[in-house]
Amino acid sequence: MTALLTVEDLRVTFPTRQGPSEVVRGVTFTLGRERLGIVGESGSGKSQTGRAILGLTPPPGKATARVLDFDGIDLRAASPATWRSLRGARMSMVMQDPKFSLNPVMTIGKQLMEALKFGATQSRSEAKARAIAMLEAVQIRDPERVFRAYPHELSGGMGQRAMIAMMLVTEPDLLIADEPTSALDVTVQVEVLRILDRLVAERGMGLIFISHDLRLVSSFCDRVLVMYAGRVVEELKASELKQAQHPYTRGLMNCLPQIEGGQRPLPTLERDAAWAK
Amino acid sequence: MSDDTDGGGRSSALPRILWKLARLAATVALTFLGLLVVTFLIGRVVPVDPVLAVIGDRAPKSVYDRVFIELGLDKPLYEQFWLYLQKVLTGDFGQSFLTKRDIADDIARVFPATMELATVAIIIGTVLGIPMGVWAAVRQGRLADQVVRVLGLVGYSAPIFWLGLLGLLVFYARLHWVSGPGRVDIAFEYSITPKTGLLLLDSAMQGQWDAFRNVFSHIILPASLLGYFSMAYISRMTRSFMLNELAQEYVITARVKGVPEWRIIWVHALRNAAVPLVTVIALSYANLLEGSVLTETVFAWPGLGQYLTNSLQNSDMNAVLGGTLLIGGIFVGLNLLSDLLYTLLDPRVRRQA
Repeated sequence: MTALLTVEDLRVTFPTRQGPSEVVRGVTFTLGRERLGIVGESGSGKSQTGRAILGLTPPPGKATARVLDFDGIDLRAASPATWRSLRGARMSMVMQDPKFSLNPVMTIGKQLMEALKFGATQSRSEAKARAIAMLEAVQIRDPERVFRAYPHELSGGMGQRAMIAMMLVTEPDLLIADEPTSALDVTVQVEVLRILDRLVAERGMGLIFISHDLRLVSSFCDRVLVMYAGRVVEELKASELKQAQHPYTRGLMNCLPQIEGGQRPLPTLERDAAWAK
Repeated sequence: MSDDTDGGGRSSALPRILWKLARLAATVALTFLGLLVVTFLIGRVVPVDPVLAVIGDRAPKSVYDRVFIELGLDKPLYEQFWLYLQKVLTGDFGQSFLTKRDIADDIARVFPATMELATVAIIIGTVLGIPMGVWAAVRQGRLADQVVRVLGLVGYSAPIFWLGLLGLLVFYARLHWVSGPGRVDIAFEYSITPKTGLLLLDSAMQGQWDAFRNVFSHIILPASLLGYFSMAYISRMTRSFMLNELAQEYVITARVKGVPEWRIIWVHALRNAAVPLVTVIALSYANLLEGSVLTETVFAWPGLGQYLTNSLQNSDMNAVLGGTLLIGGIFVGLNLLSDLLYTLLDPRVRRQA
């Protein structure tokens, strides 16, 4: 498998009053055209890892890496113009909550067309046809109407599908999905995931799926990175999750309630300061 | 269920608009009624004897009593209000004791001067204030932000009469870049036929470009000063609205899509910031339309501010009440306008309204 993305020793630092605080501390992994899950609790640095790959570390934060290579392009030295030609066209990101991640005063259609407009050159009618086709592909029943709708006129599930459509319409090589279903109703979650799964598989893209939900990640991805305090503490195949070695991963697994033979009380997650070292 | 877009009720659009208009009219009518009650009561509460204001303090008792009855002051308060209301509704605001003319005529004479000044000022304030605010937000904490901050601070805190005098001294007396006080040189005063009372508009419509240039050179200095004050406020508000918008998730979405930075700032974020900005600009404009007493005094500008101050100092209550009603009306009107623009700018309001 050729590597689509190579990340070595990625670090993200934010200056604070107590001096710089490192939220991602030397993350290393490679990604082919596969589905990689990143799990970890809040503040483990998983989202910042995703944003750093897209060059979107919010200022005043800074991201550095020994290697940050996307399909032969060194992202560390990428100019703003390079970034613009990569983002949207070749790498994109689905964010958590469509309520906030869609521009409230622009129609879905306009936002979708924008992704196309700056991603590739084509006529307006072609672009619109592609946008509508993409809305159909995320199983929106009345794509013409959704195309004209404003974000607040859509339900959460619908909005997230529109978001996925917007991010996939340019057929990127890499998609980062940052908690794409966490803001949705449980019933809708499965549907949205299925759509995402199918599209990613069809188009053969690389996917980084960021979530705090270990079970979801393990059922959905090929490989899983477990992050704790800004570090990858364990990397394993999703199918071999049961053989996890690291106590933190084991702790996470133990916290999942079982239908059969329920443990009471559920064990709490124990943390060891040594893991963060 | 949860997947349905909600676009229902489009067929009943027309009755809904009528219903909305009716509600709007009722709101406006109620607001004006309240305004009338307040102005009426102010007229009765102030320690000014309206009779003495008419006849002077040397008239005999018999004249005093006659005028007292003529003015309807012997009637109970609600009846007086009813009469006042009837008069106002027919456009009769009474006569000015000072100028002996109808208040409506007086105001029609002075208000265009203020309106012209205010309009040029708000255009200057908006055209400069919004880009400056956006610029300051984009370069938050850097030099540009500091420059805008200092400019704004001077705008708030320097007294306008001082800036006005300074401006006259430098640009009129020394550099001769602009004309001095007044709206227009006497040479042109009678060549422009007043149609709208807005001299820039009148002279342009009549093709009198010399007069137009003269009017412009008179208005530009006071309008720039007032515009500077609105600019200070508008740029400050724009900055904070923009900072708020630029921190939103949809900005990251746009970046992820590869949208160029200028478009993110001027289309995505500013389009959202424009919604609250409309109110800020409308209220700044309303404040300018009240007439700035100090500016009008320094620049000998025959506007509403001067007229009202003059009337107040001479206890010309009819004029004061008329002016107050006008200002109230302006506020109601501009509030309505900004509500309307809200609906145009924000699709979320459009549906709830």
